[in-house]
Parts: sequence; structure tokens; C-alpha cells
Amino acid sequence: MKSNTLTIIKKEFARFFGDRQLLFTTVIMPGLLIYIIYSLMGTGIQSMITKGSQEMVTMRVENMPQSLAPVFHSLDSNLIVTEQSFTDEDIKQLEDKEVNDLLIRFPENFDEVIATGTPSDNVPAVEIYYNSTNNACSRVHRVVSSVLNNYARPYTVSELDQASSDSIGAMIWSKILPMLIIMMLFSGVMAIAPSSIAGEKERGTIATLLVTPMRRNELALGKIVSLSGIALLSGISSFIGIALSLPKMVGMGDAADLGFHYTTSDYFVLLLVIFASVLIMASAVSLLSALAKDVKNAGTMVTPFMLVVMLAGLLPMFQDGASTSLLIYLIPFYNSIEVMTAVFAHEMQWMPVVVTLASDVVYTGIAVWVLTRMFNSEKIMFSR
Amino acid sequence: MEEILKTEGLTKTFNLSRKQQKIERTTAKRKVAVDNLTFSAYRGEIFGLLGPNGAGKTTTLRMLSTLIRPDSGDAWLNGCSVVSQPEEVRGKIGFLTSELKLEDFFTPNYLFDFFSMLHGVEEAEKEKRKKEMFDRFGIDKFAEVKVANLSTGMKQKLSLVISLVHNPEIIIFDEPTNGLDVLTARTVTDYLQELRDEGKTIILSTHIFSLVERLCDRVGIIIDGRLVACGNLEDVCDGMTIEDRFFEMYKEMKGGEE
Repeated sequence: MKSNTLTIIKKEFARFFGDRQLLFTTVIMPGLLIYIIYSLMGTGIQSMITKGSQEMVTMRVENMPQSLAPVFHSLDSNLIVTEQSFTDEDIKQLEDKEVNDLLIRFPENFDEVIATGTPSDNVPAVEIYYNSTNNACSRVHRVVSSVLNNYARPYTVSELDQASSDSIGAMIWSKILPMLIIMMLFSGVMAIAPSSIAGEKERGTIATLLVTPMRRNELALGKIVSLSGIALLSGISSFIGIALSLPKMVGMGDAADLGFHYTTSDYFVLLLVIFASVLIMASAVSLLSALAKDVKNAGTMVTPFMLVVMLAGLLPMFQDGASTSLLIYLIPFYNSIEVMTAVFAHEMQWMPVVVTLASDVVYTGIAVWVLTRMFNSEKIMFSR
Repeated sequence: MEEILKTEGLTKTFNLSRKQQKIERTTAKRKVAVDNLTFSAYRGEIFGLLGPNGAGKTTTLRMLSTLIRPDSGDAWLNGCSVVSQPEEVRGKIGFLTSELKLEDFFTPNYLFDFFSMLHGVEEAEKEKRKKEMFDRFGIDKFAEVKVANLSTGMKQKLSLVISLVHNPEIIIFDEPTNGLDVLTARTVTDYLQELRDEGKTIILSTHIFSLVERLCDRVGIIIDGRLVACGNLEDVCDGMTIEDRFFEMYKEMKGGEE
């Protein structure tokens, strides 16, 4: 790399790493926030589930059918089943969400009606009283409903899912993670790129650089590479935050249980594609930032572009795996999302990866060329 | 006399926005900021471009520093064309204008090193020059203070020093004493004379007559983008003060209005 480009990269890094506030908000805070928020959410959900499943619930059954008594008594170790009638007053008490009671009223001749076939004009009505805001009661209600639904059916259905937990996990990751990664990388670029070029225009420091003998393409390349490097750090921070909070979020104790085990080559491809994506993002945002009059204007210009990228990130959720057409891998941003989808779904092939990386390098080259032209344009650089 | 700078038919036209048309009280969509400017400057002299606001002085200096491109004509600095060899030209000049700012975040020490690197100054030469310039302008006392925390005068001194990190042969200053306190202004003008004595060529723009009289060896008077007089101060003044001579020419140009 040319020495002036390196000088620009060093200056951008010195600016970034020397500003503790910027460093904190761009690199440390995203990962930390994601870890804290996701962990808290996971812990909260887990605590609700755990609490609900450990609390004792009393189920009072009026007119308990003999056919169902053994089933109800063996439903749950935290469930006390009593056979007794209840009053309207007992029902009223359920409004208190602290009361862990569930009341079921069967018709007196439930077993006989079911045994003789359900007459259409005399359907046995079963009444279940519970409080849905009480987690323990809700849990028991779901189980009891399930039992009753199956009981009343003339046939049973066996749902035998043959997919391994690994492939189910991989499918989930391939739909969620590309979008998350793209969003994090983009937010990293957004945090610094507008102020790097539009900010320099606004502050008048870009003109000071433009009167040095440095070539404009060296300046353009230096800006894009340094912004990419910093955005990558921000993206890595977010990624670490997700990786650390994932076990707490999914409540499985270990992300590997959900199929999160990938090979070294998968990680290598991910890293390459992430870097290529960041280059493209930094290039695009740099171009818009150079066009903008000031940082505020740059933010306004980048927002619609950000929405397009976010939408592209959502597409894997609506499709069945990565595309097989190589032409798709020529579309900037979307190609990276497709490759990431394939990697997370354990369907990675090398040709799409090569096409993606090669096209992204070409697009970055084009962006450097355009940015160079923009640095040469007095209308763009000095317009107010 | 060795010709260091030569301009030939330098012309620059700008599009006028509606707002600018209102300010200029014109319906014309374009304005000729610099019109067919031809002059030379020689080694070891201070050449002053004198003119009122909006005369085209700054536009001329911006073309000489390659920040903007002439529509037609060309200028050569030490033999390098501003049109076809802009990088080479930028390596030979030191350009200072209030439009050029320094990043608030960095210290004078860092900025001197940074711009020295961009100008390709050798490490040993850089250290020697830094010490010399920092001592001279009193920057050594605040070399490690961020620019954001410096006073306006300190910032201006630093901008001057930064524009000269590479010890250029040609120095182009746009309104060099504008906004400076009297002490800093004196330091700057003394330094410019010293540089002239060392054989540097200095091009400066100003609308201050006393500055031209005190500093310049030769002067070019520019009104409405056109060079109306150019030569030795004595020849241009023709026995009058530069101020009287300027207003005489201005009246001739504008048909009596002032």
C-alpha cells in the first residue's frame, strides 16, 4: 500500500483510538449493550419459565371422569389433583393471580356420553377456570387442554419430526444471523463514516489535506480502508456480545446444543465475507458522505440506504436456503447475506464465495475511483 | 531574475445560484471570477495581489494551489503546470488561507509529523525543522495541547507553521494577517520578509494598502477579475500612494462610482 494511504489510515486510527468517548460508543458499547440486554432478556424469560414450572398448582376437578383420573394424577409432579366440587365464590378467587388453582367441571355423565359416541345435539361441555396471568396455572392449563383435545378425538396423530436438532438449529441461525451481522456492521460504519468525510468538509480540514502533494486516490483508499477497519472492530464487538449472550438467550446452557458448530473453513469464509461487506458498506457510505454538505446531511442521505440494506438482511427469513444462481452473488450486500446464509445452513459452496469476494473487491475499486473523482471535484468538495 | 511563477490567460467562471444572483443584483447565470489573468513572480520577491472583496484574489490563489481548476489558461510554478501536474505543484508550494483548518482533536506535534509525512519530509529534517519553527512561533510551549484548546492566535500560528512543514520554494498566503492580533501579525510579516531574503517567492493577496507598501516588491491590482496594473510598486504607484493609485484605477474601471 502506498505510504500516503498508510499515513491517512494511521491518522484515522489515531483519531479514533485517541477519542475514548468515540472508542467506547463505537467498539465497546455495542458488544456490552447487546450482551447485557440479551442476557437480561434470556434470564428474565428463563426465570419466568422456571418459576412457573416449579410452583405447586392445585387442580380441583368436579365430577372427575373415571377414564381421566389416572391421566390427571400422573400429569405433573408439581400438580395436586383433588376431586371436589367448587362454587362461584371459588371461581371468583381465581381473579387473584397469586392463587395457584385451576378448576375443572365435567358433566356428570361424561364417560357414558363419550363411550356411546358424541351426539351432535348433546355435546358434553367441560368448563376450565384459571388465571392466564399466573404462569403456573397457564402451564397446567396448556397440559390439561392438550389431554382433553386428544381424548375427544376419534383418532390420534403422531408427529414424528425426523430433522436433527443440529439441522434445525442451522436453519434458524441461517435465517437470523446474517441480518444481525449486517445490521451490526452497518451501525459500525454509520457511527464513523459520516463524520470522517462530511465532517472533514464541514470543519474545513479536508481542504488542508487536498493542498498536500498526496494523490486523491491515496486519500480515498486510506479513508475507505481505515473506516472499514474501525467498522469491523465495531462489528466484532457486537458479534462477541451476541456469542456470549446466546446461551442465556436461548436458555440451553450451550449454543452448540442448537447446532452452532461450524468448521474452521466456515469461520474463515465468514470472516472474509464480513470484511468484504464492511468494505462495500464503508465505500457506499463514504461516497454519500462525500456528497453531503455536512454530517447532518450525510446522516439523512444514508438513512434510505440503510433501510435497503436492512431489508436485504431480512430476505433469508422468507426463502429456503441460499440461492444457487451465481448472478445473485454479483449484487453487492445481498451477495454477502446469501453467503452467510449458506455458511450458517451448512450449505457453503466455494464458487459463490469466490464470486462474492471478487465482485466486492471490484466494487470497492470502483468506489475508490469515484471517491477520487469526488475529491477532485471542487463543486462537491467546496459547495456550501 | 528567475521566473518562478507564471500565469497565462487564467480564467475561472462560476455558476450563480438564485441567492447569489440576488446578492450580486444580476440576472446573469454565470460570473467571471477571474478573467484572462497573466502575470509572473520571480525568485526572492513578495508579489502582492491587491483588490477589493470579490475581485477574484482568492479564486486566483485557489487555482494556483490546485484546489480548483481554471476553465482556461494555465499557471506554472517552478515549471509545473497547475492543470496537468497538480501533485507536483502542491509539493512545491505552501498555501495558507482561512479556509484551511486543522483537526481540533490533534496536537501541534502530531499535526506537524502528519503533514511532514504527507509532504515526504525526511525524519531528521522534520525534527530539525519542527524545533526551529516551534521555537520561532512559540508553539513548543503548547506542542502537546489539542488544537481545540488553543486560542485563535495560536491556531493561526500553527496553521502557518503547518503550511510550511516542507520548506516550500513558493509560499501562497491569502490575506495573511486577517484576524490576527497585532503581535502575531507582526511576527508573520517579519517572517515573510525573512523568507523573501532567503530566496523564497511569496504570493499574497490582501486589501490592506499599508501591508502592500510595507512588504511587497511588486504588486498586481485586480478589479472585477481583471488585472488592471502589474509591476514594481514604484511603477504602479506612479508617484502616488498605493491607496490613491488604487482608487484612481477603481474609478476608471467603474466609471466614477466608488
